Amino acid sequence: MVTVLDRDSDLRRRAWDAAASVVDPEIPVLTIADLGVLRDVVLDGDRVEVAITPTYSGCPAMNMIALEIEVALERAGFRQPKVRTVLSPAWTTDWMSEEGRSKLRDYGIAPPQASNSRRALFGEQAVACPQCGSKDTELLSEFGSTSCKALWRCKACREPFDYFKCH
Amino acid sequence: MPVANIQVSETPLVLYALRRADDALILGHRLSEWCGHAPMLEEDMALSNIALDLIGQARELYTYAAKAEGKDNDEDKLAYLRDVRQYRNLLLVEQPNGDFAQTLVRQFFYSAFADLYWRAMMASRDTTLAAIAAKSEKESAYHLRHASEWIIRLGDGTDESHARAQAAIDHLWAFTGEMFAVDEAERALIHAGIAVDPGTLRGRWLTTLSDVAGEATLALPQNDWMQQGGRVGRHSEHLGHLLSELQSMQRTFPGQTW
Repeated sequence: MVTVLDRDSDLRRRAWDAAASVVDPEIPVLTIADLGVLRDVVLDGDRVEVAITPTYSGCPAMNMIALEIEVALERAGFRQPKVRTVLSPAWTTDWMSEEGRSKLRDYGIAPPQASNSRRALFGEQAVACPQCGSKDTELLSEFGSTSCKALWRCKACREPFDYFKCH
Repeated sequence: MPVANIQVSETPLVLYALRRADDALILGHRLSEWCGHAPMLEEDMALSNIALDLIGQARELYTYAAKAEGKDNDEDKLAYLRDVRQYRNLLLVEQPNGDFAQTLVRQFFYSAFADLYWRAMMASRDTTLAAIAAKSEKESAYHLRHASEWIIRLGDGTDESHARAQAAIDHLWAFTGEMFAVDEAERALIHAGIAVDPGTLRGRWLTTLSDVAGEATLALPQNDWMQQGGRVGRHSEHLGHLLSELQSMQRTFPGQTW
């Protein structure tokens, strides 16, 4: 009995690690575990099912992520892995790990602030520049190169930068 | 060979999901028409991103409508194989882009409503609709902020931008009443705690509008005669033209996939 349990938890860990290694195709420094997109890994015998949650309703990366999870699991030896999308509870940037936030900053993208700042209307947010750390920054455009990002500029070092919007 | 339209059994729940899905798809398609044509690069990206959010919302809602119907339909069939009279969207969202002011006023009217609507729908007893609402609510908060900032910039800008923004408000006003109308099918869903009574949102919607219009030095029309028909498939001439483009690939090559 004990051996079976060990085998299962070991298998599940292997499956989790394989799925967790998949990166966001648009922000390749972040894994789906960093993002909080990976919700669950369920084993049924040798079959594995992974639950993920979409970030934005129209995020084109989700199809790609689902496909890459299947590939990663096949490579790790799991046959016919399944990916299930769960809508509830809705994904929020509050689920992004601390490690993920610091990776984003190093990559040059300002990490998301706490989700209550979303309702701050008309430039009440203060986003620190990921390059020089200055808070003397301005919003250039509410929507950046992908739907999860806004375009900002630092007035101290003059660098434009992406801000990962809170969601 | 023409491709036959699908038939949809519109139970109250199917119809309800379909109406919201059609709103999101048609408005998303309209915004996508700006892709490559917006007055500046940032705005081109903004409008395309908002379009993407809306089409994403539409996909969830179509998928749910198909599931609730329990027949052979799916999100693609619902979007591509229904004709004009089978579409259930608001007349507001199918109105042409016009100039930039007209696009942004349409977006402002809709987003100010959608933001309140999705926030209220998070409390729906229907768990799927509540989950879709939780996601859409976050997106519409950004859409509303984007549109509001533009309304202020246009209204409080040059004489030309002010005149165009005011003309757009006057022109589109008659299409806003439909957002708050309720028919019998929806009344039953409201009673069951599945749908929100949009009438309860109108006061706050008007407050948002007058706050922003005030700052933009624009006036809201006083007339309350409202155009209706979209929810039962009576559309303006514009929707057919839009659908002919939206559906042309599936109509030409039935069942094709990427």
